[in-house]
Amino acid sequence: MTQARPHLLIKGAAIVGEGRQDLRITDGRISEMGNFQPNGNETVIEADGLVLLPAFVDLHTHVREPGREDAETIETASRAAVIGGYSAISPMANTHPVADTAGVVEQVYRLGQQTGRVDLFPIGAVTKDLMGEQLSEMSAMAESEARVRIFSDDGKCVFDPLVMRRALEYVKTFDGVIAQHAQEPRLTQGAQMNEGSVSAELGLTGWPAIAEESIIARDILLAEHVGSRLHICHLTTAGGVELVRWAKSRGVRVTAEVTPHHLLLTDEMARGYDAVYKVNPPLRSHADVLALRAGLIDGTIDIVATDHAPHPGEDKDCEWQSAAFGMLGLETALGVVVQALTESGSRIDWKLIADRMAIAPARIAGYAEHGQSITVGSSANLVLVDPMSSRTVNRESMASMSKNTPYDGMTLPTRITHTIYGGVVVMESGVAL
Amino acid sequence: MRHLLSINDLTPESAREFLTTAAELERVSEGQMKKLPTLRGRTVVNLFFEDSTRTRISFESAAKRLSADVINFSAKGSSVSKGESLKDTAQTLQAMGADGVIIRHSASGAAQKLADSGWISASVINAGDGTHEHPTQALLDAFTIAQEFDRDSFDLSGLTIAIVGDILHSRVARSNVLLLKKLGASIILVAPPTLLPVAVDGWGVRVEFDLDEVIEICDVVMTLRIQHERMADSYFPSLAEYSRGYGLDDARLARMKAGAAILHPGPMNRGVEISSSAADSPRSLVLQQVRNGVFVRMAVLYHLLGGAHETHQISHSRIGEKS
Repeated sequence: MTQARPHLLIKGAAIVGEGRQDLRITDGRISEMGNFQPNGNETVIEADGLVLLPAFVDLHTHVREPGREDAETIETASRAAVIGGYSAISPMANTHPVADTAGVVEQVYRLGQQTGRVDLFPIGAVTKDLMGEQLSEMSAMAESEARVRIFSDDGKCVFDPLVMRRALEYVKTFDGVIAQHAQEPRLTQGAQMNEGSVSAELGLTGWPAIAEESIIARDILLAEHVGSRLHICHLTTAGGVELVRWAKSRGVRVTAEVTPHHLLLTDEMARGYDAVYKVNPPLRSHADVLALRAGLIDGTIDIVATDHAPHPGEDKDCEWQSAAFGMLGLETALGVVVQALTESGSRIDWKLIADRMAIAPARIAGYAEHGQSITVGSSANLVLVDPMSSRTVNRESMASMSKNTPYDGMTLPTRITHTIYGGVVVMESGVAL
Repeated sequence: MRHLLSINDLTPESAREFLTTAAELERVSEGQMKKLPTLRGRTVVNLFFEDSTRTRISFESAAKRLSADVINFSAKGSSVSKGESLKDTAQTLQAMGADGVIIRHSASGAAQKLADSGWISASVINAGDGTHEHPTQALLDAFTIAQEFDRDSFDLSGLTIAIVGDILHSRVARSNVLLLKKLGASIILVAPPTLLPVAVDGWGVRVEFDLDEVIEICDVVMTLRIQHERMADSYFPSLAEYSRGYGLDDARLARMKAGAAILHPGPMNRGVEISSSAADSPRSLVLQQVRNGVFVRMAVLYHLLGGAHETHQISHSRIGEKS
């Protein structure tokens, strides 16, 4: 922060587990909680009827910079992030050049700091150039200014079992974690969508659930064998949930994430061949969606991660099989998660939302200043949500540079009114500041 | 109805209407009127991103017999890796004022993308999209079967039709399953398990791995072209083994029931999925299929393009208006 941070008084917000309280923020931290009158020296946020949560933490973000600044930049991603209520995002390594050296991750980290809105904590590549053959210099990235702890070849699976084993072992020296994109490459050659009745009808090559599950099973066994931490990216199948549940019951150090879109959308969306629904791993069946929701609620799945994947129009406005995989996620994550978890008529569980979207991801990644519980002394990375309001998504007015949201025209529950990063309001009423 | 993208676009009634029109067009062609004025002044584009001389000349012949102007646009070889060319090509055709676009493309869903994208206002006819559908092939197959079995009202109930071969990758099979079921036929799909889609049990058809099990009960055996490259992808070990299991050879030909017919969408691999004697036997309707293809495609063009002539002229008089 270059400028002096103004003092904030948040009046009347509902704090999970604490009831309604006022909250003073001074020098980037929560300085007092209780019942206060404004002292005239502070910016007051009237938060009657709003819910206060720790700001969200994303462990799976494609910001595209460096290399594909036509799709997204760190600046535009930071705007999308704060509109979605995030104070920390984790750029994936599949940029151009690949984030497989200390130089690239440090640059991304610094550019993130320059936005002044959000922390960017880069994820390093597991293997050089994501080729799956030779380990990247993970220690150098861990020791760099970016302090990388999560490593992933996301977009590609670390398929070679020996390379995966070595990677899991290697990161133990700095308590790192390997985040695996679980996709058996041979079983998914040319794959376009979930393998099932819809793919059979549409004549699109199937991406079978077992291609995900076989890698998850293998990696759980590897992680158990070498005693390392494994994180499963974007879990999508009921079988995958079962495997992670089994692994946790055995005490394996495995964590898992689910994306908002896999909690809400199914492979039925592929009918019509609109490539905005083309994503990897693919949208699955309704039964998978229900298993993912149950897994997120019971804690088998630790966190929600967006897999925010911007693509320019020409990469989506074409035949399905020529289109790029991926969809936007940052700006809509909370609304989609709430929609998915309340579809059965249940009430919004804010404690669960805070844990799965802020506290647990920060713990997995070791982002000490994020995802803290709301108490005096905690860092003021916070988000205010209007639980009674809603937001209608309009692809033309996304903060992201790209427009590939699958929720265009949908009205999603809740509305994020303020995002506070380091004690500074960085988003108000849907506008990134 | 503006487009024909999938057999799902047709009800049993509208399918029978198309086929009845095809039968009328066949009768007219047998008389003195070889060429009808129906589509005079209309422009039909054959937009082929994949080679298919047979399908292209069948559509071309159908359009010309209805007096349409035909443009053949072979886009094969141009880069489709980013999908740009479909959009750019479509916009080019729109600017040229195409009334109907017949599209053949290697990507499943390309015809629907063209129809739904807003790039083009022309009617779109799917002439085969990837491994999805080939609706006019199914219509001509149904027409040929109805003709052979004297089903003048295009009711195929009571007929048992086997479709044999690479169901997984076959747009012909998908369209035929949908259409022949709509018209009342019973379908048996015969293929090795590797060449069947995963969810085929939901298709409402019988599935058999053994051709010999069903060869004697079929009224129609439709064999599909097998592509050599499937062998390299481990779908089956060798063409010889495939042929032994699923080829319509002389022994199986002899076991077919009296009056049973053979169909093949062409081009045939003689000696692989069908023996020469089967292909040339009196049971074979392969040349009837080719002949009927023109009438069926005339009927499709007639239904999609024929009725809208007046609105078409009005829209052309609005100079400067963008669509």
